[in-house]
Amino acid sequence: MAAPLCVQLEFGGGAELLFDGVRKHQVTLPIQPGPWDIRCLLVWIKENLLKERLELFMQGDSVRPGILVLINEADWELMGELDYQLQDQDNVVFISTLHGG
Amino acid sequence: MPAPVLCQSCGAGRAALRRPKTGRALCRACFVAAFEAEVHGTIVSARLFQPGETVAVGASGGKDSTVLAHLLRLLNERHGYGLRLLLLSIDEGIAGYRDDSLEAVRRNRGRLGLPLHVLSYQELYGWSMDRIARHVGPKNNCTFCGVFRRQALDRGAALLGADKIATGHNADDVAETVLMNFLRGDVGRLRRCAGILTGGEGTLPRCKPLKHAYEKEIVLYAYFQGLDYFSTECVYAPNAYRGHTRTLLKDLEAVRPSAVADLVHSGERLAVREDVRMPTQGICQRCGYLSSQPLCKACVLLEGLNRGLPRLGIGKPSRLQKALTGAEKPEAGFQEDSEQSSNAVRTIDF
Repeated sequence: MAAPLCVQLEFGGGAELLFDGVRKHQVTLPIQPGPWDIRCLLVWIKENLLKERLELFMQGDSVRPGILVLINEADWELMGELDYQLQDQDNVVFISTLHGG
Repeated sequence: MPAPVLCQSCGAGRAALRRPKTGRALCRACFVAAFEAEVHGTIVSARLFQPGETVAVGASGGKDSTVLAHLLRLLNERHGYGLRLLLLSIDEGIAGYRDDSLEAVRRNRGRLGLPLHVLSYQELYGWSMDRIARHVGPKNNCTFCGVFRRQALDRGAALLGADKIATGHNADDVAETVLMNFLRGDVGRLRRCAGILTGGEGTLPRCKPLKHAYEKEIVLYAYFQGLDYFSTECVYAPNAYRGHTRTLLKDLEAVRPSAVADLVHSGERLAVREDVRMPTQGICQRCGYLSSQPLCKACVLLEGLNRGLPRLGIGKPSRLQKALTGAEKPEAGFQEDSEQSSNAVRTIDF
């Protein structure tokens, strides 16, 4: 049984446009039976934060290719990607590379 | 919690990213140093610049051109290239997109201390993209915009006395273009599109110093360096064929990160059979711009707009070219008199 987690989510590079233009979100994730990994976080974001055009943010159960994810300022590819287990006070940044040049 | 991965270069710092090209994990400082050194390496090995040249950096306010302008200024000082750099922005006239992105360019201009010049479609062609889109409808807007922008950068840079244009095209852009030209069967463009230094013969040389830089690294470089860029999607872009090509490439890259560099490599190495007839480059009868047809694409598109037939320049050109050039007089059409158009470029002062 995991305790509620407070994490900071940040959207940039154009991804914030899918979240009413709001870049920073301080969120509390509710208690759930299993651990909070990024896979669960994405489902939570989809159900609670995302305002429009799901297909521009997600593909399958992951982020759409071309959206970079940083967990505590490090590339999620170094952190286990979807399997990373969130800790209290973690910072997760989503940056779209898909916008303009 | 997994133990932090250490930098594979210095062995001390906490790794901040995995590089898509090499798979190596680097810390922030080592990545920034490597990224800058690689772009410098590209510039030197391809001999992109000569000392004393004036280089117009195409500045859209987006991530690529923001990183390019930042890097060129930095490397010009660090390595003594001896370049005079200036920023050139094209205002297509797209409300809610370009007006906002030009604001980002203006903010960066202050930070970089480089002169900025803005040239608009309205001034150059008498049409803004918003007005074009109202006439053309939802499709083909990128055709107009792309053709017009290419010429606008050339004309702007020529007016400013630049010797060369530098654009922010990155490895993903080049890979996309290779793929797109392949899918379209456009052999002429396929052969040229992967070149790092193009043009000459009637147009200003253009170069792509970020040609080997992955989009992911450009975005992370901007993020780590705190660069301010603008990132709204163009309101007309969703209908472009390029968008589909881009999605395909991103999916490929997710499976195999080297796909981007591999496609760039393919574009560079492709040889076209000798018996394939290539379009011959000539000069547009109307405006004097480089063209493989009697009239350049911009003049055909403009003619269509001005005649109220906006679809005129879309599709295969041959029959149309004959009809349009039949009654052509040399002095008709676009005026390229430099005195006349010199008021078209304005310097923005703060």
